[in-house]
Amino acid sequence: MTLDRITLGHFRNHTASRLDGAAQINLLVGENGAGKTNVLEALSLFAPGRGLRRAALAEMAGSGGPGGFSVSAALDSGDGNEPVMLGTGTRPDRPNRRIVQVNGAETSAVGLGEWLAVGWLTPAMDGLFTDSAGARRRYMDRLALALDPAHARQATRYDVALRERNRLLSDEMEPDPQWLDSIEAQLAEAGAALAAGRAMLVERLSTELVTLPDHPFARPALSLAPGGPAERDALLSEFARQRARDRAAQRTLTGPHRDDLEVTLSGKAMPAASCSTGEQKAMLIAITLAHAGLAAGGRPGLLLLDEVAAHLDPIRREALFDRLRAGKAQVWLTGTELAPFAGIKGEAAVWRVSGGVAEPVG
Amino acid sequence: MASQEIETLASALARLPGLGPRSARRAVLWLVKRRETALVQLVQALAAVQDTLVECSICGNVDTRDPCGICADPKRDPRQLCVVEDVADLWALDRARMFTGRYHVLGGRLSALEGIRPEDLSIGKLIERVAEGGIDEVVLAMNATLEGQTTAHYIAERLEAFPVRITQLAHGLPVGGELDYLDEGTLAQALRARRPVS
Ligand SMILES: [Zn+2]
Repeated sequence: MTLDRITLGHFRNHTASRLDGAAQINLLVGENGAGKTNVLEALSLFAPGRGLRRAALAEMAGSGGPGGFSVSAALDSGDGNEPVMLGTGTRPDRPNRRIVQVNGAETSAVGLGEWLAVGWLTPAMDGLFTDSAGARRRYMDRLALALDPAHARQATRYDVALRERNRLLSDEMEPDPQWLDSIEAQLAEAGAALAAGRAMLVERLSTELVTLPDHPFARPALSLAPGGPAERDALLSEFARQRARDRAAQRTLTGPHRDDLEVTLSGKAMPAASCSTGEQKAMLIAITLAHAGLAAGGRPGLLLLDEVAAHLDPIRREALFDRLRAGKAQVWLTGTELAPFAGIKGEAAVWRVSGGVAEPVG
Repeated sequence: MASQEIETLASALARLPGLGPRSARRAVLWLVKRRETALVQLVQALAAVQDTLVECSICGNVDTRDPCGICADPKRDPRQLCVVEDVADLWALDRARMFTGRYHVLGGRLSALEGIRPEDLSIGKLIERVAEGGIDEVVLAMNATLEGQTTAHYIAERLEAFPVRITQLAHGLPVGGELDYLDEGTLAQALRARRPVS
């Protein structure tokens, strides 16, 4: 599959960029601030959610433009059928409402997931292993959502139910026990589904990662450190049992909102947070690639790798290119220079990005 | 710059669900151009509604009489009671013509975050109606939202002690405004597929 005929209208610093002739491997080269990552961010909006910067929609509209933005592309599934036209953006009068269109008909952002599996790795994720558990939960949920779109709904329901319970627990008045029962029933149901989604993600990623060699990419071993019982009924009785404790703390201390993703460097059995930055990056790449294979699951895959090649030594870089070639996903790589891509640029489509303009090279 | 009166009208219309300032200004212009026809009709219709509309003291429905047409209708099955969040839900369900019993409007749903407590809803009145007897089944037709489902669970617990069958729509009602777009077949299906509350 190929995403092609990509347009960015008033998207950050791209007033009107058009990228034609995309290949399986695509390179965006240019100075920092030129707008390379903006192209990746625009492409990441072909997934449900807030894109790879997790930015507000209003921030994405170019400051010199009318106040809205548009991103579109043709998705050629390679089966001889007409390409599917994907479009997303905002209108100037409602800068916070995301519009999604498939073949010109408006649909929900979740509907995009039926067409495409999008994954990404950006320098902002470099600190994932040393970051807060909350950042790792968000990371897990994003990956789990790509495997099962219903995961997002459970995460949202859990979040609302959790805030409802915390509000009742921190009330001056003694909370109505039947009201707590009712909230906890919803909390346990969404919580069990959320925990199951994360457990499934970790299990499937692990199965995938086990098949990989330890070299040249450091191979991560993943496990889910649960913040509470995983089963609905067990979670429900735990919430009921801990009411007094949670009332004293004015918040819920048990549950999947306390889950964490534990990553160790297999072979060395070292926690990822203690590994070198190079090893951490290599483990992130390994997870990203393993996930891209899983997430696609028959759908076309799109993989966005921001500033990944430059930080790898030549051996790992070539190994990465080999895996990208062998994978089915369309790949978009960025870099400040073309030199690190020497091993792959011959078969790639290349653009030079400068001042929000993308010019094809060669 | 429009006159104060026109601004006030536009601002009042803008608050109507689905309208907003731009549509409201268009509506005002349209009405001003049809002062003698459409505007007069609208004023009369609004006045008539203001004069006659009342909240049903039994179920909370809005109608031109109290008790409302549904509560007063002898053909309605008094043994079945359908509990909904809002009058809009009642109207949508009743348009589906699948439910032949009577209704009870809660006037919202529980939300700790928005400060809507059990005593802010007509739950006490619902329990009184059930306690009076003569009701065999209470259908909980709350929205599919987390708050809607929490409310359904809460009411089921409060009614546990009474000898009534408590059932719930299979997936809850779609949220508020969307209900109007649902075809009657889907609503009828939701009612048919109701299940006992566990
Ligand atoms: Zn009535």
